[in-house]
Amino acid sequence: MYSLLVPSFCAINKLSSALFQGGNYIFEFDSFADRDICREFVAAAIAFHGETGKSTSEKPAAALQDEQLSTAEMEHRIKLLQEDNELQRLHKQFVIGGILTEAEFWATRKKLLDQNDRRKPKQRVALKNEMWSVKPLSDGQSNRVTFNLTPEIIHQIFAEKPAVRQAYLKFVPNKMSEKEFWTKYSRAEYLHSTKNVVAAAAEAAEDEELAVFLKQDDMLTNEARRKIRRVDPTLDMEADVGDDYMHLPDHGLLREESKDVLDSQYEPYRRYFSQDLNQHAAVVLQGRVVDVELGDTRSVAEALARTKQAELANEVSDGNLEKDLSHRISRVAEIEDLQGPRDLAVAPLCIKDPRDYFDSQQANALKPLGDAGSGVKTLKFNVSSVEAYGSLRELISEIRVTGLSEPITDPEVAFKVLSGLTQNISSTKYHLGKSPHESILDSLPKVTKEDLLHHWTSIQELLKHFWSSYPITTKYLYTKVTRLKDAMSQVYPKLQEIKESVQSDFRHQVSLLVQPMLQALDAAFAHYDADVQKRSAKSGERPNGFM
Amino acid sequence: MTPVASKLYTDDVSLLMVLIDTNPFFWNSINSTLSFSKFLSNVLPFLNSILLLNQLNQVVLIATGYNSCDYIFYSSASQNHNQRAESLLQKLEEFVAKDESLCREDSVDGPGFSLLSGSLSMALCYIQKVFRSGPLHPRPRILCLHGSPDGPGQYVAIMNAIFSAQRLMVPVDSCILGAQHSAFLQQASYITGGVHLKPQQLDGLFQYLSTVFATDLHSRSFLQLPKPVGVDFRAACFCHKNTIDMGYICSVCLSIFCKHHKQCSTCGSVFG
Repeated sequence: MYSLLVPSFCAINKLSSALFQGGNYIFEFDSFADRDICREFVAAAIAFHGETGKSTSEKPAAALQDEQLSTAEMEHRIKLLQEDNELQRLHKQFVIGGILTEAEFWATRKKLLDQNDRRKPKQRVALKNEMWSVKPLSDGQSNRVTFNLTPEIIHQIFAEKPAVRQAYLKFVPNKMSEKEFWTKYSRAEYLHSTKNVVAAAAEAAEDEELAVFLKQDDMLTNEARRKIRRVDPTLDMEADVGDDYMHLPDHGLLREESKDVLDSQYEPYRRYFSQDLNQHAAVVLQGRVVDVELGDTRSVAEALARTKQAELANEVSDGNLEKDLSHRISRVAEIEDLQGPRDLAVAPLCIKDPRDYFDSQQANALKPLGDAGSGVKTLKFNVSSVEAYGSLRELISEIRVTGLSEPITDPEVAFKVLSGLTQNISSTKYHLGKSPHESILDSLPKVTKEDLLHHWTSIQELLKHFWSSYPITTKYLYTKVTRLKDAMSQVYPKLQEIKESVQSDFRHQVSLLVQPMLQALDAAFAHYDADVQKRSAKSGERPNGFM
Repeated sequence: MTPVASKLYTDDVSLLMVLIDTNPFFWNSINSTLSFSKFLSNVLPFLNSILLLNQLNQVVLIATGYNSCDYIFYSSASQNHNQRAESLLQKLEEFVAKDESLCREDSVDGPGFSLLSGSLSMALCYIQKVFRSGPLHPRPRILCLHGSPDGPGQYVAIMNAIFSAQRLMVPVDSCILGAQHSAFLQQASYITGGVHLKPQQLDGLFQYLSTVFATDLHSRSFLQLPKPVGVDFRAACFCHKNTIDMGYICSVCLSIFCKHHKQCSTCGSVFG
């Protein structure tokens, strides 16, 4: 039995490697929260290790002793590694292979780690969609009717019927206890369910508090009026597409509208089904407005009242809403002639994946630096500006006098040009693909392509760490550079292998693609050797006996 | 790549901005296969053929000089249509005279550099003006007929112009007339999605122009056009303007230097 209070990466690693060696373990926790954290952790670690296969817990455990990371951070790293295959490969190759430490690896990726620091909120539970329909349990034997009120239902009642909420805040615990309040409320609901409006009116006359429940909700009507003023008159066809009002009568709910015409004195006691339905729908779609524990009824009521107040205050202070609405209306239902000019369409900024440019580097492999690729020697001669301009102007006037030649081009020359172009286009199409951005890389077999790209990214990673370690000032950097140098020297034979594994048609292109990588590695090695020489020269200068 | 809607115009209406290189030192140094007069006698019929392709096509000619740049010709300007070529040539002559008067050097070594960044900027400003003139306008593109070598001092300005063109979705085509390749124009065409060509036979220039560069943007989606083998993406260092493979980069403004500096010359940040 293991007792886990604060999981650390080392512990989990050892555990998970032990898990893979067989054997069962039971974990004991102090609280549910701990258990949940650990459960997510272990699941991620298992997935992670499941993919890497063998137990490699020794090296990371050793490497991490100097670093204490929070659980959230560890989880975050594991999640990042799981999501990005390439990152995982690099991590496996370098960190688990012992070339880079975990800290170094993540040091250059701070941006990734900072993203998603806030964990996504756990999924929130919405309100029930079921309208609380009165189905009291009634014993066949006695005249008792029982209502079940759970905190969930109470929350929903408060959300849907502001008058009830206000009454609760007013009456409880001053005038009546909670139980009495709910009894009265249930009685009111029961009366409504009997559809006996006359009886409802009669009871309301007797009992003042009951009357509150039986009458129509004034607060609700005020809210409705406010909402109507803010309704968007433009028609959104897309939003209405799925609505189907005709299918089921009453939407499948068990309610009946009584169609009798009653006296006006009974009007306030009627309840309209459509109103109830609309209000219920609006509340459910709005979701949970307050995040209060449902146990205490009073606090729920107060919290809801507070949010409604806040909303009201916001609406009053937000005079811009009407202006925005009118803007929107004018934009959607626009008359084009009367509109002013609008913003131009521009291409959005897109930061390209450097891998797209990988194969264009081969052009540089052929051209030496500084030379713009001309095979022709540039003639160095000196021309006076007067002469140059003079001859230009002469030529222009020559044309003005003689006019354009006829034919414009010699037909043979034109034909040669055309056939040359056609040949050029068809041959490059064959070799390089149709669109200007299609590349040789795509025409290689998939395995080779993946290998090449992976080598390229790993070389980039190595070189990044290599160059950032210079100038070498501490022993730590020195050992790091040595490690990196050894890793880099192992890349050469691997690249050679790739070159040889490809079919002969592609061999030349692959070697062109590999060339810049080799050049980069060569430059790094040259720098390393030069630096070593400098150091040995320096240390040679020190007089004997001094360290 | 969807352009701003041009409802009344059909897809193949284009606005072509032609930038011709009028650097006298370059034209003086070029071998005899293409003299400036022969060059003009190829370009003028090409402009006419563009205007013939569609009644609504527009052409604007900008001259890239040694000291200045200027607009030479607008097809949309109302003038006697028979006199187009004459007025173009006259304006060109006036431009060359003005350019000469601005020249402060008595003699120049080699071909010299023309002000490509200036004419690119002028072309982009004109295009921007056209965009803002209303919802109906032709699809613009830029054609550079360039021969002078790349001026390293213009690297930053040209790259800025190229990125603006990319953002406006205006392709920059380039036709190299000189002996050497131009890394700037290669990059320009690659980044903006235009066509880059270095003709092998300069006396057939008109054939090249009408086969490759006369295609409008809509047709390019189904026509095969020549594609260069590779693009030289190397940067030039900001201090000496040499093309470099490895260098130092300022972490604040991303300026490139070939040697270690104490302070960045572009943004002034001090390197620790």
